[in-house]
Amino acid sequence: MATAVQTVERENYLNSNYGIKSWLLTTDHKRIAVLYLISITAMFWLGGFFAMMIRLELLTPAGDLVSSDTYNKLFTMHGIIMVFFFLIPAVPAVIGNFVVPLMVGAKDMAFPRVNLLSWYLYMAGAITALTAMVTGGVDTGWTFYTPFSTTYSNTHVIGAAIGIFIAGFSSILTGLNFIVTIHRMRAPGLTWRRLPLFCWSNYAAAIIMVLGTPVIAITLLLVALERAFHIGIFDPRLGGDPILFQHLFWFYSHPAVYLMILPGMGVISEIVACFSRKRVFGYEFVALASIAIAVFGFLVWAHHMFVAGISVYAALVFSLLSYLVAIPSAVKVFNWTATMYKGSISYNTPMLYAFGFIGLFTVGGLTGIFLASLGIDVHVHDTYFVIAHFHYVMVGGGVMAYMAGLHFWWPKMTGKMYPEAWAKLSALLVFVGFNTTFFPQFILGYMGSPRRYHAYPPEFQVLNVLSTAGASILAVGYVLPMIYFVWSLRYGKDAGPNPWNATGLEWMTSSPPPTHNFDETPVVTWEAYDYEHQPQEEITVGH
Amino acid sequence: MAEHKETGSVGHIAPAKLYVAIWAILTALTLTTVLVSLVDIGPMNVVVALVIATIKGTLVVLFFMHLRYSPKLTMATVVAAMFWLFLLLSLTMTDYLTRAWPTYPGH
Amino acid sequence: MATSDIGDIQVAERALQHHFADMEQQRDTASFGMWMFLLTEIMFFGGLFCAYLVYRASYYHAFVEGSQKMNITLGATNTAVLICSSLTMALGVRAAQMGKPKLMVILLLITIVFGFGFLGIKAVEYHEHWVNHEFPGPSFHFETGDPAHPATDPQHTEIYFSLYWAMTGLHALHMVIGIGLVAWLVIAGLMGAYTPHYYNPVENVGLYWHFVDLVWIYLFPMLYLISKKHGG
Ligand code: HEM
Ligand SMILES: [Cu+2]
Repeated sequence: MATAVQTVERENYLNSNYGIKSWLLTTDHKRIAVLYLISITAMFWLGGFFAMMIRLELLTPAGDLVSSDTYNKLFTMHGIIMVFFFLIPAVPAVIGNFVVPLMVGAKDMAFPRVNLLSWYLYMAGAITALTAMVTGGVDTGWTFYTPFSTTYSNTHVIGAAIGIFIAGFSSILTGLNFIVTIHRMRAPGLTWRRLPLFCWSNYAAAIIMVLGTPVIAITLLLVALERAFHIGIFDPRLGGDPILFQHLFWFYSHPAVYLMILPGMGVISEIVACFSRKRVFGYEFVALASIAIAVFGFLVWAHHMFVAGISVYAALVFSLLSYLVAIPSAVKVFNWTATMYKGSISYNTPMLYAFGFIGLFTVGGLTGIFLASLGIDVHVHDTYFVIAHFHYVMVGGGVMAYMAGLHFWWPKMTGKMYPEAWAKLSALLVFVGFNTTFFPQFILGYMGSPRRYHAYPPEFQVLNVLSTAGASILAVGYVLPMIYFVWSLRYGKDAGPNPWNATGLEWMTSSPPPTHNFDETPVVTWEAYDYEHQPQEEITVGH
Repeated sequence: MAEHKETGSVGHIAPAKLYVAIWAILTALTLTTVLVSLVDIGPMNVVVALVIATIKGTLVVLFFMHLRYSPKLTMATVVAAMFWLFLLLSLTMTDYLTRAWPTYPGH
Repeated sequence: MATSDIGDIQVAERALQHHFADMEQQRDTASFGMWMFLLTEIMFFGGLFCAYLVYRASYYHAFVEGSQKMNITLGATNTAVLICSSLTMALGVRAAQMGKPKLMVILLLITIVFGFGFLGIKAVEYHEHWVNHEFPGPSFHFETGDPAHPATDPQHTEIYFSLYWAMTGLHALHMVIGIGLVAWLVIAGLMGAYTPHYYNPVENVGLYWHFVDLVWIYLFPMLYLISKKHGG
């Protein structure tokens, strides 16, 4: 029995060219996405390692595992890596890079070489920051608050700042590329109202990248100059105002937290529609809510500075404006729920993650409202309450969405299915582990346990042990996908072009897609998420 | 729109005379702003200086940078830049202008 | 005439990247990309403008005293030099549009000369401030030079100078990059890279150059012309 049907493997972006050089010099958005996937995963494990060290130290009340100095470095490096080198690029640079040009029916991003440059800048920034960490570390917290960072810290602040500065340009160029691509490269017939919500949300995130990132770049440059030359801009001894640093820092970094969640929200919109077999409820509102979040996100930054010494009047204004952001965020949550209502729901892994996202993001967002209220914030600022809040949105929201998207588009990226049973197990572990880790921190913070200390009073031990136990479950939940994704590359079932029977142009080309994406430029004549008119087959894969 | 299509890939070509005229105005305005700064008119000094700078900037953007002949999208980009810069400056100043205690530098 | 047209279109076709449908899409896309980039540049300088605004509002007198040390003649001359360079740049782009590569190269070379002129004058000013210890840091030392009116607030004048060096320094860095870009255009222009159908790089470098000019148009009054009289 020689081959009955000789299947010649179709040419695709993975097998069209071989060798290291063909990867390092590629301008194909799909290959660049894979480069990002690999580097970001590495950073995720490194950041996760630091997190585990933190949790282990906090297993006991005494500061016994590491010294307080080391502990300061651990949470700083955890924060810097997770924020700047993992979560900010995660969804846009990996999934967005791969999927957005496909979704708009283009052959590539508008500026393919700039896209590659973004990855090199990311790597250069990461290596610079890592060098600073290996040669001694940084202990300022990811926020680099002055005057500690400019004057008193004896660690490698400049190296870390320059690393983030360089990575910032990577982010700027990625954002620029998205905006121009979405404006200029859409296939004929693909109007703004037919654009998938994932493109809308990446567009909104790109607005933040382009308008916010330059400000933190110049701010970190000033911190570096201040350290090197004592120019006095942020140093109170020289007449400068350290709070000015906070203004400039949060002008970027508050919008940046939305930059970390917006692309994830886009992922969730795609998945909820697909696995409910329905058009997203109130499509226009969801699309515009993304833009509203991006814009309002720039109006609220000083809610991080309520107790820093800003004027009470300004605090009042910023508190009120902060409530405003909750409106478009809530619009999204309500509309996802309404989309699922009376839908024919399949419980595949991406959908499980999407469920997790919706619940956890809601908790995170609502506690954000608590924090935006002046009176509550004075009580819980700089406690574990804040830590729990932002991990609910960033891990429960951002990372969940990243995992959801990875599972959803993995068949498209690799042409292979991941093993569904294992994936469901890991989604469950992530959800349980996450809540066990972070819910106790709300209580800790409410009881007054401050953040960034390596020791704590014994009465807080039970909750801390719970948290550390949860973190180990969470870790297993993240290790599993790593293993089965790699496994699936070889042993996974062939996915076919459209395993989820989903709408969207990316599903109309083969998996993995050919280098030029589409054999013919598609012409779009239908609305987004036209599931009602899609052949009503059940999703066949993974049952 | 039709006019824009016609010029197509070549883009708008402005007459050289126009550029020279803009150059002349810019030079004259530079001289004016220097001369005005030598006269003390109190708080109006800043106002005049910034107004003149803004006129000069607008001329550069509209003519030298061809914004006048550019698509709406380009105009929107410029407006967005101005707007966000305004947000940064004005919202920061809501703090500094209303601080009532001595952490306010200069008090 | 006809053959050169065909030649032009061939150059243009070679310049058309595979993922664009036609030259017009490519040109509009490149130009939009450049404007987006300039938008990020505005926010980049914006952080410094914000610091300037805050401190100038807080330490007005210290800023006035600092600004007395600026050489207005040199500053104004430099403004004029930059405006001239913008003119030659604009005319250079125009020459490229009209398919006159030789004229373009000449105009761009003049632009480069103006660019170096600006940097030269700036260097003279920097040198003066440097020898007078008007550079922030441990060696900073400030005197009004008028015994009747000693410096009232030298500490905050130092912040003025910090901002002066940071803003003009960043601007000068942009000038250096700009000169490099124009030089690259000259070389490519000499090799016949640009035609009326393909001149995106010329147009985009032109936008960049005008933008750098624009920043200086604001820096000049903000740093040099705060107030000539109110010594303190
Ligand atoms: C629903 C709207 C939200 C509101 C009203 C809100 C409000 C707040 C407030 C007031 C704080 C400051 C707490 C303090 O330090 O005392 C805070 C901290 C934080 N939030 Fe949110 N938040 C919201 C959503 C988000 C989202 C979506 C993310 C990220 C994906 C996020 C990430 C963070 C982070 C990282 C911090 C802490 C930064 C630090 O001090 O290290 N927030 N939030
Ligand atoms: Cu915030």
